[in-house]
Amino acid sequence: MDILLQQIINGLVQGSVYALVALGYTMVYGILGLINFAHGEVVMIGAMLALSSLTALLGWGVPLLLALPVSVVLAMLGCMVLGYGIERIAYRPLRHAPRLAPLITAIGVSIVLQNLAMMIWGREYHAFPQLIANTPHNIGGAIINNIQIIIFVLALTIMAGLMAIVHRTRLGRAMRAVAEDQHAAQLMGVDINRVISITFMLGSGLAAIAGIMVSANYGLAYYYMGFILGLKAFTAAVLGGIGNLRGAMLGGLLLGLIESLGAGYIGDLTGGFFGSNYQDVFAFFVLIAVLVFRPSGLLGERLAERA
Amino acid sequence: MSLKIPKCFPKMKPNSKSKLLLIAFGIALLLLPFITDALLGRGWVRIVDFAMLYIMLALGLNIVVGYAGLLDLGYIAFFAVGAYCYALTNSPHLAQAFPVVFHLGVHLPFWIVLPMAALIAGGFGVLLGAPTLRLRGDYLAIVTLGFGEIIRIFLNNLDAPINLTNGPQGISFIDPISVMGVSLNKTQHFLGIAFPSVHLYFYLFLAFTALVIFVSQRLERSRIGRAWMAIREDEVAASAMGINTRNLKLLAFAMGAMFGGASGALFAGFQGFVSPESFSLTESIMVLCMVVLGGMGNIAGVVLGGVLLALLPEVLRNIVVPLQQSLFGRTLIDPNSLRMLLFGSALIVMMLYRPAGLLPSRVRRRELGGDEPAAEESVYDATH
Repeated sequence: MDILLQQIINGLVQGSVYALVALGYTMVYGILGLINFAHGEVVMIGAMLALSSLTALLGWGVPLLLALPVSVVLAMLGCMVLGYGIERIAYRPLRHAPRLAPLITAIGVSIVLQNLAMMIWGREYHAFPQLIANTPHNIGGAIINNIQIIIFVLALTIMAGLMAIVHRTRLGRAMRAVAEDQHAAQLMGVDINRVISITFMLGSGLAAIAGIMVSANYGLAYYYMGFILGLKAFTAAVLGGIGNLRGAMLGGLLLGLIESLGAGYIGDLTGGFFGSNYQDVFAFFVLIAVLVFRPSGLLGERLAERA
Repeated sequence: MSLKIPKCFPKMKPNSKSKLLLIAFGIALLLLPFITDALLGRGWVRIVDFAMLYIMLALGLNIVVGYAGLLDLGYIAFFAVGAYCYALTNSPHLAQAFPVVFHLGVHLPFWIVLPMAALIAGGFGVLLGAPTLRLRGDYLAIVTLGFGEIIRIFLNNLDAPINLTNGPQGISFIDPISVMGVSLNKTQHFLGIAFPSVHLYFYLFLAFTALVIFVSQRLERSRIGRAWMAIREDEVAASAMGINTRNLKLLAFAMGAMFGGASGALFAGFQGFVSPESFSLTESIMVLCMVVLGGMGNIAGVVLGGVLLALLPEVLRNIVVPLQQSLFGRTLIDPNSLRMLLFGSALIVMMLYRPAGLLPSRVRRRELGGDEPAAEESVYDATH
């Protein structure tokens, strides 16, 4: 029983991170109808920026209580600039090009970012400094530590904040208008380019936070971490219904649970034939299954099938 | 705009001059391994052989990306399937792993393994394409990306509890390809001329590349090829014209996968060793770059892209590393990451400035090049 509970806790924590990244995918998709392939790399860059600034600040003797927020803000700012740049360079000039073109530039951006990161930070795994005393808490036989609690609560808070922005503010109304119909929004006086840029920056800011969470949770950061994470977050977005914010959150949490429970029990279910080293495969099968049986996702109303 | 019917499929009219040129080109190709050997050394003949394999792969991907306009980001997985097909049926591995079933070892002849590898890879293509092809292209891109990784994870982990792929160590001692009783692994003598192994493989690959080019060319001009291009340009219009878009997309996908599988089998026989790390995402991206750089949908362009990009790593290794060492005294940028950086930048720059590629196909240029103002760019765009 406690194993089940433990897997559920791990799944929810991991899933809340997926949800944050998935929000970035889904916001861009909702507005531009485009999958931002480079989003996973933005997550990685966020983690790496935070790592570098944290190490530097702590090295100068800045107390952790100050160093942590400063480096989080730095990482977020860095990623926002990056997100803005990506949209500006790789997507905006191709907004009316055939669909294949922005897809290919997105792949290009992703490769460039990954290899730049490899040149700057090297191929090795970096230990992420331990931020908070890692006190384990016992809940009904399962263990949850401080960092996991903070990740989960913070992720939920941020999601609530994002929902407030999208549904309560003027900017959010503009975003929804652009997502609904770009031309009509334009005619109503919405500055489309500005809204799209802000969307990219919001998504990238969330990505930075997600990257820091992943690294803090596992104590690791490396140049390759964005790829698989991006793939899974995309799966989460599709699972929930891409373009739908609530769907991304639900999909993220669900995918985290599926993965964690799957990896925990696959050994028993298949008589030891498949082990937990197949954990990364689950997301993929979920993706295929969703695409086959419910392409619009759990909360998606319509399937955007445009040629 | 004048009403000019574009000559998409000009009739080949061989005049004597172009015929002569063609013959000269053919002779040059036949002499290529000997010339390379004499000028640059045997190692470069091997590099040329690999370039031929990459060209075959790129031509296979060209069917999927270039003709049908479907972005496949895990193409190397089909190459891997083909390579492992050949490796398993032509090495002592199965006999060692399952001594009871295969006590003598499996050694199937090349002409059986090759179509088998192609068919199995094609089967995987159908399996993957069937659920995703009825959706938008973006989904296909990400599913194929995932598929490429999954195949690698499986190849890496299927050494336990049943040792099927031998895990990360890979499969070694693969039999060399032998054609009609002639093993390509040792120097053979014909008409008093010695043909070393790499030369023999070159001719085999040359023959297969020629075959792939021929098939691609026939496909391009066939009813199927025209249907693919119609789907690529406007899927809704194509299906309104009575094209079964789903089946044709599936066909393109499967056919590309089959070419990939066949090249994989050739690769395994040539290399004598396969391991999962040969089939990373990097390789998929490299093949995609060849197609995009050269010109999607144009055979000559894809071949050019293949040649350029297959030789690029060697050039980088031989120029960039010594250059850095003489400038800074050490290697600052490792040629491999520099290569990937160049690939990524090439994808972006090509799409922004020359989306139809270095050698664009006529149809593709009209579609991507923006010769005519697109209908969408109206009042809305004028304000930006």
